[in-house]
Amino acid sequence: MKISLTVNGKTVAIDADDAQMPLLYALRDNLGLHGPRFGCGLGQCGACTVHIDGKAARSCTIPVASVTGKKVVTLEGLGTPAKPHPLQKAFVDEQAVQCGYCINGMIMQAAAYLQTNRKPSEQEIKTALAENLCRCGTHLRIVRAIKRATETA
Amino acid sequence: MRTKTAEHRTNVARRDFLKTGGALVVTFMIGGATSGAIGQPASTKSVATDQVDGFLAIDAKGRVTVYSGKVDLGTGIQTAMAQIAAEELSVPLATVTVIQGDTALTPDQGVTFGSLSIQNGGMQIRQAAATARAALVVEGSSKLGVDKDAVTVKDGVVVPKTGGKGVAYGALVGGRDFRLAVDAKAQLKDPKDYTIVGQPIARIDIPDKVTGRFTYMQDFKRKGMLHARVVRPRAMKASLMSWNDFDCRKIAGYVGVVKRGNFLAVLGRTEWAAISASRTIETTWSDWAGLPDETKLWEYVRGTKVVKDEDLQKVGDADEGLKTPNAKLLKATYDFAIHTHGSIGPSCAVAEYVDGKITCWSASQQTHLLRKQIAMMLKMKPEDVRCIYVEGAGCYGRNGHEDAAADACLIAKETEWPVRVQWMREDEHGWDPKGPPTLFDFRAALDAQGNVVGWQSEVFLPDRPKDIVVALLPAELAGLPTDPSHPGNVQASLAIPYAFPNIRATAHWLAETPFRPSWIRTPGRMQNTFGNESFIDEIVAATGGDPFEFRLKNIKDSRGAELLNALAELAAWKPQATRSAVSGDVARGRGVAYVKYELVRTYVGAVADVEVNLKTGAIRVTKFYVAHDCGQIINPDGLRNQIEGNVVQTVSRTLIEQLKFDRSRVTSVDWASYPILKFPDVPDVAIRLMERQNEKPWGAGEPTAAIVPAAIANAVFNATGVRLRSVPFTPEKVQAALKTV
Repeated sequence: MKISLTVNGKTVAIDADDAQMPLLYALRDNLGLHGPRFGCGLGQCGACTVHIDGKAARSCTIPVASVTGKKVVTLEGLGTPAKPHPLQKAFVDEQAVQCGYCINGMIMQAAAYLQTNRKPSEQEIKTALAENLCRCGTHLRIVRAIKRATETA
Repeated sequence: MRTKTAEHRTNVARRDFLKTGGALVVTFMIGGATSGAIGQPASTKSVATDQVDGFLAIDAKGRVTVYSGKVDLGTGIQTAMAQIAAEELSVPLATVTVIQGDTALTPDQGVTFGSLSIQNGGMQIRQAAATARAALVVEGSSKLGVDKDAVTVKDGVVVPKTGGKGVAYGALVGGRDFRLAVDAKAQLKDPKDYTIVGQPIARIDIPDKVTGRFTYMQDFKRKGMLHARVVRPRAMKASLMSWNDFDCRKIAGYVGVVKRGNFLAVLGRTEWAAISASRTIETTWSDWAGLPDETKLWEYVRGTKVVKDEDLQKVGDADEGLKTPNAKLLKATYDFAIHTHGSIGPSCAVAEYVDGKITCWSASQQTHLLRKQIAMMLKMKPEDVRCIYVEGAGCYGRNGHEDAAADACLIAKETEWPVRVQWMREDEHGWDPKGPPTLFDFRAALDAQGNVVGWQSEVFLPDRPKDIVVALLPAELAGLPTDPSHPGNVQASLAIPYAFPNIRATAHWLAETPFRPSWIRTPGRMQNTFGNESFIDEIVAATGGDPFEFRLKNIKDSRGAELLNALAELAAWKPQATRSAVSGDVARGRGVAYVKYELVRTYVGAVADVEVNLKTGAIRVTKFYVAHDCGQIINPDGLRNQIEGNVVQTVSRTLIEQLKFDRSRVTSVDWASYPILKFPDVPDVAIRLMERQNEKPWGAGEPTAAIVPAAIANAVFNATGVRLRSVPFTPEKVQAALKTV
């Protein structure tokens, strides 16, 4: 079946054998995107986070058919190395990466959150990211980067 | 009953598949390898550790390629290696590309573990670069017709010191081999002339990582590649009795299974087909319930047969010291739970088998070692196996990467298709090798003045086979040859840095351990330092002394003393700090811990500030102060990143983490059943880096982690009078302990 949705501003038709296939595999395997990452497949870690109609969502547990006609934005859609999103720039400025595998989720979760709270406190940032896991222990830099983005944006 | 016959079934013929799925095309898709900087075909590239060509190439445009056997596991080593080479060669950093962990291209510099990448690997590269630079200076000065002492190097150009036209490296060596042995005596740059080493250079990989342009192992693809998932036994050592993939055949894109012994994998043309098949296939397994009772783990460890005892440190006569008349005797038993690595990205690998040779892409920390293991498993020659590193999620030790690589190689050889194996979350948590359970007994004797006159530590550890390597899981499942599993050098750092007159530190090596053991960040050193530095705090408390004063009095090490003084200043330590008043249900305290890593390198000290909720037993670590001396610092920001990570990860391990299992299997199979620290509970970290630019560089990937558990335990004691001797410090344990004081 063909499932039509918008990804990073472009309308795409996903050729899916199974309507229940999670969106993550459509983005990674059908479209070749590297931003959303497979971490748990259970919606527990946040590595797969994308925006669906502007809201942060776990693409590893959302059936691709359920996003028909919706607008999906991935890390690639936020900005590029040459023209980064303020959060992407802040993550570089704070060197807020170790292995970086979770960083997609951190940036996507934060970008959606900052739409609802433009000047969060450090504590509010930590609460907003409470369900995004990082194993390297980059948390402090991630919080600093998000804070920096709110100060420069 | 065990099924022993190897089977190999598919429901599409390979030929048909190749027709529809595309021919095998060998192309290199890794970012670094496409730079064009590789001057020689892979077959002729030197990988000798004693040759400059092993480590370095300079092309006609002066672009430098560094070949590093040590790999970047998310620690920033790639950038650090580029800094070291650029500095020593005097070339702009931007001209340096680093190729990592490719058995056809990089020298075998050993496993990327033990905080040795800079200390050993980086220094090999530095020496090769210094040798190259010296040769280029000679060559360049002769081209310029001047004495070699009359030239210097600027941005990769040999120039007369008096000014004037120079000659570029690219013109001197471009495209050609150096054919030069690494000179151990080649003159190194004076650190005072450094412009790149010691600078907080921004990491090379970060812009791509924050914009979704980076290719992780999990993103790596080959043309015509099949996706595989391994179907795991229901119990750890169960045998596969039967399987039926009838329902899988209804899944679009389902290809078939590969089965060998108890190894069973399903293949799909799409990833989702493979996942769906792994959930659809019917299997029956024999019963197996050979794991110990989790609630009696420490009785099990203590009851395990000791195969040998080994004294790791012997000073004076500990037995006599402990019998000192009128001495006060202290005794305590400590334990440290089984931990899993918990990479955020489960292990992944791609392999292909073409013309009798295997190429395997993986995020292995040990591609050179993996190559030998794969060859052993598949009864191939090591030279017919090429392992190529592609960065994955942070790894923190020998996790599942090598097993996933072996899965992929086994399937690729059986099917002759390029295959990608992606472990699922339950594979990673359930089946990666584990940090073994560790048990300690401590005894000390104090004389009337509070001097330690006897110290004895005993640790119970799984025995070490000859080689530091961990068995490949698919080899075990398939009944193929593999090495016995080694837990890593887990005995290190049981020896203490204190100048007590009578010391004995002993390892009791055990015949078995419940799970395949391996090293996980700060292996043994974390557990051993937890015991040592907690028991030291028990001694300090028994003498009524101050933890800083006690350590300063007993270490007899001026560099360590400088570090401790810097730490006390950073933490604004007040001698013999008394407990702050309990406010409401919360008690606050601070604790100290210190280590000289393995007694021969990096010094680290920490002060932890904690809050203990006396009602719930919950511990909150609010702040960590760390003083760190790893000698020469290559990249101070990279170093701070590592120290922060060490603290946060180890707070998680100390407070929360504990592998759960029943008699048949691991039951911690996801982030709900093996939780880790979340943002709201992360402490602040303040860091003091000791200035030692003229010293040798040591490692920083692990040492800070060693002191975190004891610093927390000691702070909890300071807050509550409760001594926590069992990691993790769960609220239940804290509550139970609070009832005893």
